[in-house]
Amino acid sequence: MAKYNPPDQPIVMQLFDIACLVAAIFLALWFPLYMGWAGISKNLEKIDNPTWDALKQNPTMVAQWEKLGFTPETAHAIIQNKWVYTIDWTQLIIMTVVLLGYFIFLFMASDREYRDVIDEKFNSK
Amino acid sequence: MTTTSMGSAPQKISLSRVLGPIHVWALGVGIVLVGEFDGWNFAADKGGALAALIVLWFCGLLYSAVAMIDSEVTSTIAAAGGQYAQAKHIVGPLMAFNVALYMVFAYTMLEVSDAILFGDAIVSKSGGDSGINHNSFVAASIIILAFLNYRGVLTNLNFNFAITAIAFLSIVILFFSVMPWSQGTVLKLNELVTPENALPYGWIGVIASFHWGIWYFLGIEGTTQAAEEVRSPARALPLGTMAGMVTLLIAATMTWYVCASLLPWQLLGSTYFPLWDAGRATQSPLLENMMFITTLLAALASANGCINDAARAWFSLGRDRYLPSWFSAVHPKYRTPYRSIIFLTPIALAFAFVADLNQAITFSILSGVLQYTFMSINIMMFRKKWPLGSIQRGYTHPLHPIPAIMLFALCMVTFFAIFLGYGVQLTAMVVFYIVVSVWFHFYRYQYVRRGAQFTMPWPKPQGY
Repeated sequence: MAKYNPPDQPIVMQLFDIACLVAAIFLALWFPLYMGWAGISKNLEKIDNPTWDALKQNPTMVAQWEKLGFTPETAHAIIQNKWVYTIDWTQLIIMTVVLLGYFIFLFMASDREYRDVIDEKFNSK
Repeated sequence: MTTTSMGSAPQKISLSRVLGPIHVWALGVGIVLVGEFDGWNFAADKGGALAALIVLWFCGLLYSAVAMIDSEVTSTIAAAGGQYAQAKHIVGPLMAFNVALYMVFAYTMLEVSDAILFGDAIVSKSGGDSGINHNSFVAASIIILAFLNYRGVLTNLNFNFAITAIAFLSIVILFFSVMPWSQGTVLKLNELVTPENALPYGWIGVIASFHWGIWYFLGIEGTTQAAEEVRSPARALPLGTMAGMVTLLIAATMTWYVCASLLPWQLLGSTYFPLWDAGRATQSPLLENMMFITTLLAALASANGCINDAARAWFSLGRDRYLPSWFSAVHPKYRTPYRSIIFLTPIALAFAFVADLNQAITFSILSGVLQYTFMSINIMMFRKKWPLGSIQRGYTHPLHPIPAIMLFALCMVTFFAIFLGYGVQLTAMVVFYIVVSVWFHFYRYQYVRRGAQFTMPWPKPQGY
């Protein structure tokens, strides 16, 4: 195989590539935050006029809460804010398909490129 | 190595080989130890205090597998970029590009989490309404540490060793100060973790806890980033990494025991400062202040190591022309990848201002789990392409392929755990990786040299 000589990239295009990558990073990480999609599976089970008994705290637990300055009112939002583990099957299937598709493409395309690398490294004249 | 023009004569400038096993330990433990000071405890929120202990054991297994696999491959492929260089030689360029991005994201978002923790701790200590500006401490920590990284790796990792050792010692001191041999005196595990509340959500809560259980150890694989800067990679990398894992397993076990014995599980699962709160719960001002200071030190050590690792992964991408080669410059005086350090600093600052702590940690965890999935497949391919005996290995990990299968299975469980709460973010992030992979494969790869990427003096891989 003949040695591959990559073209030189103009500085303007180098800057453009960097800008595109940074934009993609921000879009992927920031957009779900902006849309409020992160960590939304919690539910506050509210108790009116909470007491330590109503919050099911034993005397040792109460003592530890109080050492850190909590009252039943301030601990209420922590104790009663509970996870709801219901599985959204549609979302799970979408996530699985996206993840599988990603890894399949990744390994197949990598292998194609890797064959070029090995060919030039070991078979070039 | 990079070519830098100084005056009229171009010179080859490379990273300095000045580090030993102790620096590798400092880099790995420094990045990770903050996980004991903040983050692991959200596992208790997801599944209860017992779930946090169960995932500690399973994640300890997962990371032992990571450390063993990583030690074998890295002691054989000693190049800056760590897992990136491994992927380049074993799987292919596109995989390497993705792995480098996993590392940059994992470390940059971990750095962001550390800076947020640093700012939150100072504001919390000041009382919250004292007018102290959280963002100014976040910005100061990132900028000062980036400057330290810019100025040289040896001083930087010596600094990391000192503050990491102090933070680790504080956990040991706290552990022995509360008389762990005498339950009921200070510690109240039996009354705080009861049969009724040990697993409040059942086994689905245990699986969900894997999301945060990863945080006990995330980043230990970063030791491989020092591959081109250690004097003896084949000795220093496995030694430093394994010693780091042992240190972290001890610290994590002590941390769980003390915190679960001093804090009700709901409080443990929601606080940003579990060890500091444990110190406060002892009502000893000495222990409280010690844990406050070491929470800050752990956050700084971790952020410092993350800047080091993210910059080296980015630098490696530039050096191989996967990204514009401008990033591959080494500072002529300090011998550091200074352009990569400078470029990543504003990105970290931007996310430190818009993300909250557990979101930033989740970003980091997502990229980490993608990387571990790669590592489990990578070691299989490594052993298949170059069987034992075909090349010289610095270290050969035992029981292959059990660690790789175990690692892969635990990664699948963790993906599901992340789905339970952050499924949309996981999907969005993978879509991002698909988009940039298509961009790389069909456009960017034209600028990459082919055979020059394979730099190891190995025979041709089997099957090619």
